[in-house]
Amino acid sequence: MGVTKTRDMDLLTRKYRTTEKIVGPLLFVERALNVSIGEMVRIVLPEREEKKGQVIEVSEEHVVIQVLEETTGLSIHDVEICFTESVAKVNLTPDILGRRFDGIGRPIDGMPDIIPERRASITGYPINPVSRGEPSDFIQTGISAIDGLNTLVRGQKLPIFSASGLPAKEIAGQILRQSMVVGEGERFAIVFAGIGITFREASFFIEEFERGATLHLSVIFLNLAEDPAIERLLTPRFALTTAEYLAFEHGFHVLVILTDMTNYCEALREVATAREEIPGRRGYPGYMYTDLATIYERAGRIRGAKGSITQIPILTMPDDDITHPIPDLTGYITEGQIVLSRELHRKGVYPPIDVLPSLSRLMNLGIGDGKTREDHRELADQLYAFYAQGRDLRRVASIVGEEGLSEADRLLLRFADNFEMGYINQGDTTRNITESLDCGWDMLRRFPEDRFSRVRPEIMEKYYAGTNKP
Amino acid sequence: MSGIITKISGPTVVAKGMRKSGMYNLVYVGGMRLIGEVIRIEGDSATIQVYEDTYGLKMGEEIIDTGEQLCIELGPGLLSSIFDGIQRPLAEIAGEYKSFIPTGVALPSLNRSRRWHFTPTVNPGDAVEEGDIIGAIQETTSIIHRVMVPQGFRGIIKDIAETDLLIEDKVAILEDGRDIRLIQKWPVRRPRPFKKKITSHTPFITGQRIIDTLFPVASGGSVIIPGGFGTGKTVLEQTLAKFAKSDVIIYIGCGERGNEIAEVLTYFPELIDPYTGYLLMDRTVLVVNTSNMPVAAREASIYTGITIGEYYRDMGYNVAILADSISRWAEAMREISGRLEELPGEEGFPMYLASRLASFYERAGMIECTDDGNRRGSITICTAISPPGGDFSEPVTQSALRVTGAMWALDTNLARRRHFPAISWGRSFSLYQLDDWFRENVADDWPEMRRWLMSLLQKEEELQDIVQLIGPDALRDQDRIVVETGHLIRENLLQQSPYSPVDAFCPMGKQYSMLKIFSRFYEIALKELGEGRDTDEIFTMERKMILKDLKNMPGEKFPAVTEEIMNRL
Repeated sequence: MGVTKTRDMDLLTRKYRTTEKIVGPLLFVERALNVSIGEMVRIVLPEREEKKGQVIEVSEEHVVIQVLEETTGLSIHDVEICFTESVAKVNLTPDILGRRFDGIGRPIDGMPDIIPERRASITGYPINPVSRGEPSDFIQTGISAIDGLNTLVRGQKLPIFSASGLPAKEIAGQILRQSMVVGEGERFAIVFAGIGITFREASFFIEEFERGATLHLSVIFLNLAEDPAIERLLTPRFALTTAEYLAFEHGFHVLVILTDMTNYCEALREVATAREEIPGRRGYPGYMYTDLATIYERAGRIRGAKGSITQIPILTMPDDDITHPIPDLTGYITEGQIVLSRELHRKGVYPPIDVLPSLSRLMNLGIGDGKTREDHRELADQLYAFYAQGRDLRRVASIVGEEGLSEADRLLLRFADNFEMGYINQGDTTRNITESLDCGWDMLRRFPEDRFSRVRPEIMEKYYAGTNKP
Repeated sequence: MSGIITKISGPTVVAKGMRKSGMYNLVYVGGMRLIGEVIRIEGDSATIQVYEDTYGLKMGEEIIDTGEQLCIELGPGLLSSIFDGIQRPLAEIAGEYKSFIPTGVALPSLNRSRRWHFTPTVNPGDAVEEGDIIGAIQETTSIIHRVMVPQGFRGIIKDIAETDLLIEDKVAILEDGRDIRLIQKWPVRRPRPFKKKITSHTPFITGQRIIDTLFPVASGGSVIIPGGFGTGKTVLEQTLAKFAKSDVIIYIGCGERGNEIAEVLTYFPELIDPYTGYLLMDRTVLVVNTSNMPVAAREASIYTGITIGEYYRDMGYNVAILADSISRWAEAMREISGRLEELPGEEGFPMYLASRLASFYERAGMIECTDDGNRRGSITICTAISPPGGDFSEPVTQSALRVTGAMWALDTNLARRRHFPAISWGRSFSLYQLDDWFRENVADDWPEMRRWLMSLLQKEEELQDIVQLIGPDALRDQDRIVVETGHLIRENLLQQSPYSPVDAFCPMGKQYSMLKIFSRFYEIALKELGEGRDTDEIFTMERKMILKDLKNMPGEKFPAVTEEIMNRL
């Protein structure tokens, strides 16, 4: 076995042939000295073929390297490990807009490498909470279930909790088209990270960018389903480092789409298992919360900087289960969630957003007088209250029959149906915020005034009975 | 003393040449001088948890042991500051290093150049011992900083200052030549000593109806607030920070969202304290370690927060510790334990989870600071818990439940229908015996009224189950009155909006009046039912409107208007 350290003519790179063990995506290299955590390595195969890897643990006995590509065909006696003395970095320049890269930042659009203005480590540093600016600008998505009830604001991270077969990407596409609308003198950019997605999904988004004439404003990082799984751990970080550069150094309002975070978490689990770590819930590592936070928290605004990062991560809830660790931990980090429902999808409702478990925590910062309209908060609360009651009554009605309900309850039951078909269901159309709010009031006018519990009298006067009545 | 790094794995580092090191000693790691703490010693090697990102750290780099434990600085200037988990001043870091926090930052926690006006309360020749107050500083408009003799000092005052002082200046010199300075250091993991713990019979008033009326916690007690995501834990913690009756507030953002902290930092500085009329920040300390900041510092943040709290408690203040969330702290412990390859307990948490939680919650309490009992201070702990999947059977909730005196359980279903605060009246409880206080300070029949409300809600819930099974028609008329009244109480008494200028804070007098009005209304309803009226005639729109408007009436109007409202019903 080649366990002697060899030195090339090149004095700068240190090469080792002391690979001792290969477990799944991990290489264990013995007696490597002076190696730092996070350092990138080149793994050279006999035919001069090269793979990339990253150091994830160092000790006197061995260095653990996660291989960012397939380990198929690697054998411990003939691989050579070259340490680069550099952590994973992304090349940054304003010319990056319009370009397409693979999951670890290599161009795949047939164009030459970019000439960087500077290079930045993909892990970044945490934003000082004191320096954060408060997100406060309303983003109109054109979707009533979001604008009216779970408002998105600039600088927010709002994931879409999807499930297999539900149209998450269509909704993301719509948000994308709409959020481009920015104020005068403001600039907009998209950073897209495809994490283990299929070719079909990837081309959907690229066509979407082309259709919206935003391809020249977007930076695309693509790790497709057939690409190495471990690469997925780096893809969102490449994307977010690029986004931070565009937002906070060049003043762009950046919309970041990360899809699909479920694939990311699975890659995380794969590495953890190969390292024989103690598994947490459902085999995911105990540090998954912290790890996800280092991705999701890279959104927001910075005081004094013009730009912003708004994140729309998309994830697939395994088995439609919202308590699964992936959606669960995500929901604890992000500022709300948009939850898609199979039941609504079956009923033909588009977008099939179940508003009850959906939430936007930053909604209050982006709505109200001067932003959307003064009645927004109370209107949304009232719609929620009636809809929740109506949904409860469905259960009762399925047992005792509709006739068994009081007139008042039947009203709620009918409201729940109308609300789904008339308010949430809007097909391909977009509604501006006034249309969404008015549509909400149209729904509420089925109820007599004394049934309202969340709306102040002044607002009732003005919007329920007043001039806005059709 | 120094050692050499032999292993790096995430936030833990192993070094050799550390034989002389002590447990929990503070060390500087590598050329970047990252801050770390020794958490295991085996022969010549020590395991260190690093409070900063280890990215780029190399084998063979040097470890410098300071020989001291992780300490925080105590002294004037704590109030209205914002610290990270290991008490680094975030505002100063932002001034020095722009918007991102780099690694290896070293700035003093407390301002070294600010002068404080010191007024002595003892004279040369006076005998003093540890914990005695020797002078006062007006730290902020609302809080007087009582300068205390540090632990381990005892003797006769030889000289005492009477001027404006810098924090490192000598404030007094004892006969034995030792000097006392304004600044003190204290190891965060060691609870500060006190003379005597006493049982508290005073409630921790929050201005939130469902809490004060149904589940009050004693001042010096501890409570957990478990809830799945989106149930309003953070909003509730922030509401408590604004309105809870307490002299000093320590708000610990432990592993939570950066944007929420941005919100706190934007609004808090403008908020007026409802009790003193001064700025709320004047009596608040923020300890913030967001989820993306280093995990080991998150573990320390809870200790940093409570130690600052104990310091003000020792001055004789009532301190509230609001921590959001303790689950993130437990997870930080789990992460570090995993890296140490310790044998895991339930759900991968370390075996010592329960004992660590217990020793944290036991730092709450009301204490006597002096032998004569003339100075008392308290620490009340309110911690949010984020159970995975909203399932309370998980180890953190269960371990915490065993040691805390109350639970305000947040309910996903209530939250989804936007019933806030989403505190479940069925699952929450409080073990504190505070009836006597309420009898003396609010009303004689308070405990009875409280029991009435609880039993009505209980009954309503049972009836709701029946309705779910066989429909509302099956209810008897009396039961229908219970259901309807219960509905009105849920909508108008239990719900309370933290964003409403009038209703966000509800004084005790108003809480009692509202309770009285609802119970009177219930009596009227029963009476009218007996007279043969049907429910639609009893629950008229006019009456519902009167009850609905109660929340939005200013607290000062009660109890003056109570009688009139009852008559209108």
